[in-house]
Amino acid sequence: MKVIQLGASVTASNEKDAERLRAKMKAGGTLLINVMSSAGAGKTTLLSRIIRDMPHTSIAVMEADIESDVDAVRIESLGAKAIQVHTGGMCHMDAGMTAAAVEAMDANADLIFLENVGNLICPAEYDTGAGKNLMILSVPEGDDKPLKYPLMFGKSDALVISKLDALPYFTFDVQRCIARVKKLNADIKIFPVSAKTGEGMQALEDWLCERMAEWQQS
Amino acid sequence: MHEMGIVLHLAKTLDETAATEHLTAIGKVVLQVGEVSGIMTDLFTDCWDYFKGRHAVLKNSTLVIEQIPAVTYCDNCKGTYATVKYGKECPYCHSGETWLLKGNECIIKEIEAE
Ligand SMILES: Nc1nc2c(ncn2[C@@H]2O[C@H](COP(=O)(O)OP(=O)(O)O)[C@@H](O)[C@H]2O)c(=O)[nH]1
Ligand SMILES: [Mg+2]
Ligand SMILES: [Zn+2]
Repeated sequence: MKVIQLGASVTASNEKDAERLRAKMKAGGTLLINVMSSAGAGKTTLLSRIIRDMPHTSIAVMEADIESDVDAVRIESLGAKAIQVHTGGMCHMDAGMTAAAVEAMDANADLIFLENVGNLICPAEYDTGAGKNLMILSVPEGDDKPLKYPLMFGKSDALVISKLDALPYFTFDVQRCIARVKKLNADIKIFPVSAKTGEGMQALEDWLCERMAEWQQS
Repeated sequence: MHEMGIVLHLAKTLDETAATEHLTAIGKVVLQVGEVSGIMTDLFTDCWDYFKGRHAVLKNSTLVIEQIPAVTYCDNCKGTYATVKYGKECPYCHSGETWLLKGNECIIKEIEAE
């Protein structure tokens, strides 16, 4: 037997699958956005609001869940195309599962959101093949989360600080949170919003439109 | 379960490596696992022994796990310290503005193969 030095990531084969999916989505002009947060941070609520606010954009949603399908039903009730992906006990979506879901959904959309499994650790470790990564941190979770989960904050292109309407009831310092996140990731775009009142949504939706335009031309 | 996901990816990665390198059998697989990666070593090797049978090149493989120490960075005094010993609070300046620098990884260091 010979010894082969690899020094490779355990998920090296996933990274290849991810690059393949990204290239395919790019060629088709569809922007895939991976949405990550802990359970209950407001992913489905935020996506529902975006679908209602952007009626002229064709949006589809892939709901990853360990087993239920309530979120896909919520999205479909708004008239957007949705597909439920069961991860079979897995705590994250990987690129192979994402590619299979994109295929199965067969949506002719400009924008596809992948609502990843709700936790701040595992989804950050797997490249799904998405064009952009967006994470949500909700006010009730606390402004110390960037210190506890640096990987996800470091890998995201955008951070939505959600449930801003709940600020009076929690000790959450938005400026301190932003400063902590910027130290981990200087380029990240940060959007404090409330999906309930609509505060801050316009800036986030403008960012989505710019990213879609950029994805389709370059 | 976290371990199962990693095991499936590891098996797929090694299977693809075997194909590109023209390997017929893989023996020892040395993994470097961070001290705070959350990977439970026993559970991981049990999972491995269960799944390796699905790939012909891996069926006689054994997993060897080496630990990488976890290191935390303190943004206040710019120092670094052992995560497992001191936790979230910096032992030098007692600041809580700290985050993990290293110790979360899972890397395939080397394999024995023919
Ligand atoms: N006050 C407030 N509650 C919200 C907001 N967004 C979501 N929620 C609530 O948070 C809970 C979890 O939301 P959901 O969208 O299902 O979270 P998910 O698990 O991340 O998809 C629900 O009870 C929502 O009504 C918000 O902007 N403000
Ligand atoms: Mg949801
Ligand atoms: Zn310190």
